[in-house]
Amino acid sequence: MLSIKNLQVSLEEEDKQILKGVDLEIGAGEVHAIMGPNGSGKSTMSYVLSGKNGYVVTGGSATLNGVDLLDMEPDARATAGLFLAFQYPVEIPGVGNMTFLRTAVNAQRKARGEAELTAGEFLKEVRAKAKTLKIDAEMLKRPVNVGFSGGEKKRNEILQMAMLSPKMCILDETDSGLDVDAMKLVAEGVNALRSEGRSFLVITHYQRLLDHIKPDVVHIMSNGQIIKSGGPELALEVENNGYADILAEVA
Amino acid sequence: MAVIQAKYDAAETLIAARSQPEGAAWAVEARKGAQARLREMGAPHRRDEYWKYTNPASLIAADTPRADNFETSETRPFEMLDRLRLVFIDGVFDPKQSDPLALEGVEIEPLSTALNADIHWASSVYGVLEANGQKPVARPLAALNTAQAVQGFAIRVTGKAARVISLIYLRSSETADAMVHNVIKLEEGADLTLTENGPVAARANMVLEVEVARRAAFHHIRAQGRDHQRQAATHMFARLNTESSFKSFTLTVNGKLTRNEAVIEFTGDDAHATVAGACGGDGDFLHDDTVFITHDAVNCESRQVFKKVLRNGATGVFQGKILVQPGAQKTDGYQLSKALLLDDDSNFLAKPELEIYADDVACSHGSTCGEIDENSLFYLTSRGIPFACAQDMLTLAFLNEAIEEIEDPVIAGDIRDRLAAWMERRTG
Ligand SMILES: Nc1ncnc2c1ncn2[C@@H]1O[C@H](COP(=O)(O)OP(=O)(O)O)[C@@H](O)[C@H]1O
Ligand SMILES: [Mg+2]
Repeated sequence: MLSIKNLQVSLEEEDKQILKGVDLEIGAGEVHAIMGPNGSGKSTMSYVLSGKNGYVVTGGSATLNGVDLLDMEPDARATAGLFLAFQYPVEIPGVGNMTFLRTAVNAQRKARGEAELTAGEFLKEVRAKAKTLKIDAEMLKRPVNVGFSGGEKKRNEILQMAMLSPKMCILDETDSGLDVDAMKLVAEGVNALRSEGRSFLVITHYQRLLDHIKPDVVHIMSNGQIIKSGGPELALEVENNGYADILAEVA
Repeated sequence: MAVIQAKYDAAETLIAARSQPEGAAWAVEARKGAQARLREMGAPHRRDEYWKYTNPASLIAADTPRADNFETSETRPFEMLDRLRLVFIDGVFDPKQSDPLALEGVEIEPLSTALNADIHWASSVYGVLEANGQKPVARPLAALNTAQAVQGFAIRVTGKAARVISLIYLRSSETADAMVHNVIKLEEGADLTLTENGPVAARANMVLEVEVARRAAFHHIRAQGRDHQRQAATHMFARLNTESSFKSFTLTVNGKLTRNEAVIEFTGDDAHATVAGACGGDGDFLHDDTVFITHDAVNCESRQVFKKVLRNGATGVFQGKILVQPGAQKTDGYQLSKALLLDDDSNFLAKPELEIYADDVACSHGSTCGEIDENSLFYLTSRGIPFACAQDMLTLAFLNEAIEEIEDPVIAGDIRDRLAAWMERRTG
């Protein structure tokens, strides 16, 4: 599904390397987790994969089902099946959440040569999906993320993911700042989307999310590299001992 | 000084260019008075402080700059409204294309008829609000209009107007120079919605005087024509009495030069005024919103909300002033003027001013220009929305703050669709 090879990334504005050779292979239907200290480059990697400006890829590659991601505009990457649930979802005053969702869904369908959803079809689908995420009609009407609580923003990310049916979902600290109930809701939303043809990369600091979304592989990122990979037990180790032992081990 | 002499010479040329119209004694006096004001002020000149951002030369040039007629198959604005249509061609009323001048709750007369009769209300408004609005800043083109205009309507509203009145300004000639003057009086408790749309003429000088009596409400929505080379100087003078309300919104896309002046005076307590505008400019385009609001009564609220989207070297101008006179306590004055620059070639020039002589007032103003927010753009595109479409969505969202000043959701929707279409034509 997602294949990242020796990915090296620097900032555009200053001469600073953030990713120093990341290797990552995620197979179809797999769930991978990435943990790691703040500032290690987790968000940078997710941004670079989705095409945000401000970064320069100085080496390596990233492909989605064999297609070179790094060469495409952000909208084409999304249409190719990539989705990033933002660590900090952006507030957009003046753009209604519904309009935004419908425009996105239909833009992707159009780009893939599929028929666009009618207003009625879209409404039916979005209502059903919003309901399971406990997103009420009023939240759908409001401008994108404006006045949403932290938990509402994260649920809105999952709603977008559910509506867009991506192949490769990256969740960047979707659990941060959520209480236990909200986290469960988000985890259920993600689990409902799990399927053979869909893979997940879950960036988190906490084992507790991984209790709900069971990962196949856990990676530890530090200083722009993946320094250790293992099974779910690796997340438990981090939960119990922090990163210090692992960092010392590989140093 | 040479500049000053040039202003006076130009005023004489403007006065000589059209003959002084005939009319009732009061009208002749009003026109003479306006002519005298113009002589005293001189014509506008780009060295004038009030014209430092907008060169008035083409607005007073002896030869009307040519403007191609703009052809479009799209429906005109406001066609979905239940309305009385008054159609002008090149600034001249065309009764054949218009509805009969009959509307419940309203008296409508062509200006030339009204200025030939002894109509008391008209004599207390025509040229009177304009003359009032000449201090402290001169508006010579408005005085010129009062002195010479024969086209327009005198409208007196005595109750709730049964329908919207629509002034529809179509064009035929490529060089017509129009001068239209509308006077409106809303009597106590009256209510009128007036729409204006169309380019008027290759060049137009427009004046609208509105007296809003106690508890009356005036709604004004204007869509200025899309003809690329047209030029317009418009002036709106309003006097607001106790508990009255005045709301005006202007949509402007295209046009080579537009100067929209709004001069509003609160003379009665507890009144409200909104002047808002959304504008889109592409290329050879200058749009100037010049607003002067005088609070001379207690507990009045005024709002100025202007949004401009500029690209390919277009220029936006905003000169807005709130003057709070001594004793005008509990004034609430809000002034917002923002421009979104879609490239480095476009310009926004702004001069927001507050002048306050009362102590218990709340006035705020904000004037900024900026670019499309990168993070928002990335968020939208990361969901599969193509760049151009995302940019349009954000541009429309930016303009929305001004559109929200329109009370009627149907009209607001129409304005929104037109702006969306204007952007789509550019980004494809
Ligand atoms: N646009 C940027 N400008 C400046 N520094 C950045 C930028 N993006 C990332 N960085 C830096 O790159 C490093 C990695 O950040 P980030 O990817 O957010 O880490 P993580 O998500 O693992 O906490 C940090 O040192 C951060 O300050
Ligand atoms: Mg991060």
